[in-house]
Amino acid sequence: MIRNVDAVTATIERGAATAPVASHEQPRPPTAARNHKGGFFRSSNGKKVVMAVTGAVMVLYLIAHMAGNLKIFFGAADFNEYAAFLREIGHPLVPHRTVLTLVEVVLSVSVVLHMWSAVSLARRAAKARPVKYAARPKSQASGYAVKTMRYGGVIILLFIIWHLLDLTFAAVNPAGPNGEPYQRMVEGFAPGRWPVTLFYVVALLLVGLHLRHGLWSAFQTLGLAGGRRERPVKLAAAGLSALLVLGFLSVPLSITIGLVK
Amino acid sequence: MNLTLKVWRQDGPSDQGRMVTYEVKDVSPDMSFLEMLDVLNERLILEGGDPVAFDHDCREGICGMCGMVINGVAHGEQRATTTCQLHMRHFKDGDTVTIEPWRAAPFPVVKDLVVDRSAFDRIIQAGGFISVPAGSAPDAHAIPVKKDDADSAFDAATCIGCGACVAACPNGSASLFTAAKITHLGLLPQGQPERDKRAKAMVDQMDLEGFGGCTNTGECTAVCPKGIPLSTIAQMNRDYLKSK
Repeated sequence: MIRNVDAVTATIERGAATAPVASHEQPRPPTAARNHKGGFFRSSNGKKVVMAVTGAVMVLYLIAHMAGNLKIFFGAADFNEYAAFLREIGHPLVPHRTVLTLVEVVLSVSVVLHMWSAVSLARRAAKARPVKYAARPKSQASGYAVKTMRYGGVIILLFIIWHLLDLTFAAVNPAGPNGEPYQRMVEGFAPGRWPVTLFYVVALLLVGLHLRHGLWSAFQTLGLAGGRRERPVKLAAAGLSALLVLGFLSVPLSITIGLVK
Repeated sequence: MNLTLKVWRQDGPSDQGRMVTYEVKDVSPDMSFLEMLDVLNERLILEGGDPVAFDHDCREGICGMCGMVINGVAHGEQRATTTCQLHMRHFKDGDTVTIEPWRAAPFPVVKDLVVDRSAFDRIIQAGGFISVPAGSAPDAHAIPVKKDDADSAFDAATCIGCGACVAACPNGSASLFTAAKITHLGLLPQGQPERDKRAKAMVDQMDLEGFGGCTNTGECTAVCPKGIPLSTIAQMNRDYLKSK
């Protein structure tokens, strides 16, 4: 009885001119309330939060790293002393290299988690659009930085590997593992090694673009960039990215043009 | 003007589908895009062919039924405009126009340019409402609302649920749609009791439907016929985090 009443109501509501009312309910996918497996870190928002927080950790490190690099303009003694100091932070309260090792561990974990969330979100995105558009989608949003995030991230990863081999482990550095930090820098960016310097420049510009979008995006993901704050946060992201890139670029370029010897 | 159309034709959900080319002659610049398709369909019917299926209802830009990807842009390149309000004066004689359905796994093609957007309904069912005993409508000034909040809530409430945000998003994310509803209800006093629960339930349902994650590209808000701002997504993220 009741089912018949429903059917009549449905027909009246939808009108005779529209599609016929289906006589049976189609099986519905389960709703979140009924069947939701996986918690915060499996949700797309959770992964974004992981990306934002790990990204913020890396940006804080980059600020310190960039500022430290500028020590090179004070000469070899200052720079080498600073490098030695980094290994002695907290000493003698804690053993040699404790703080530096902690920083390295936190950074490594951040890099891995950042990549994990990027890969899993990219895979999710690929699954969400199995059939591509025939017409090449024309971007309607402004901004070039956002288009570099995925491939730029891969290039930045390759750069970090090279950078560690070059200046941290000195495996590919002309000054070798026994060279003083200052010597490694000056020999590493000597004019004759211009292809290496060029790679640094390209990678650093990509880091700048990555941060230009990433910094703002992190604020947005954490819900801190809404409403009137959108413009100031975007401007601050652009400003900090530019400052970091200029600061980092100044060192290798000064060596290449002979300002720092 | 004369146009060459490349239209996605798909007989049914299980059909492979393909692009088919049609010539449409004597198109008036005053026609809407859908009227231009009507002309094509009338010819196809007269020739004994199968007309191109597309969704439409009000044809005045407020119902959210129509929508197709025109030359790679959801609802065409005219900003803040639904397909039905897009006029042929924005095209030139001799243009080739590619017309495709919204592409997203949670929006399966029903036929040609028609996609099933029930996933949006299920996101709304998960939490896009307020639970109040329905009776006669209360006086409009019974609950005061700050003007700024009322304006922002209304901006978000103008979402017509057309799905262009999903179609335009490189990740196939439904964040702008979901965020619009969460922002609309979350800014008003009536939406407060269920605010946290709503954000969690709707975001979880969005994931469950198979939409992609948001990477803040801004493609959604750029094609949105109602110009729903990206800041709604920040609001959604904030409410979702609070619900944890």
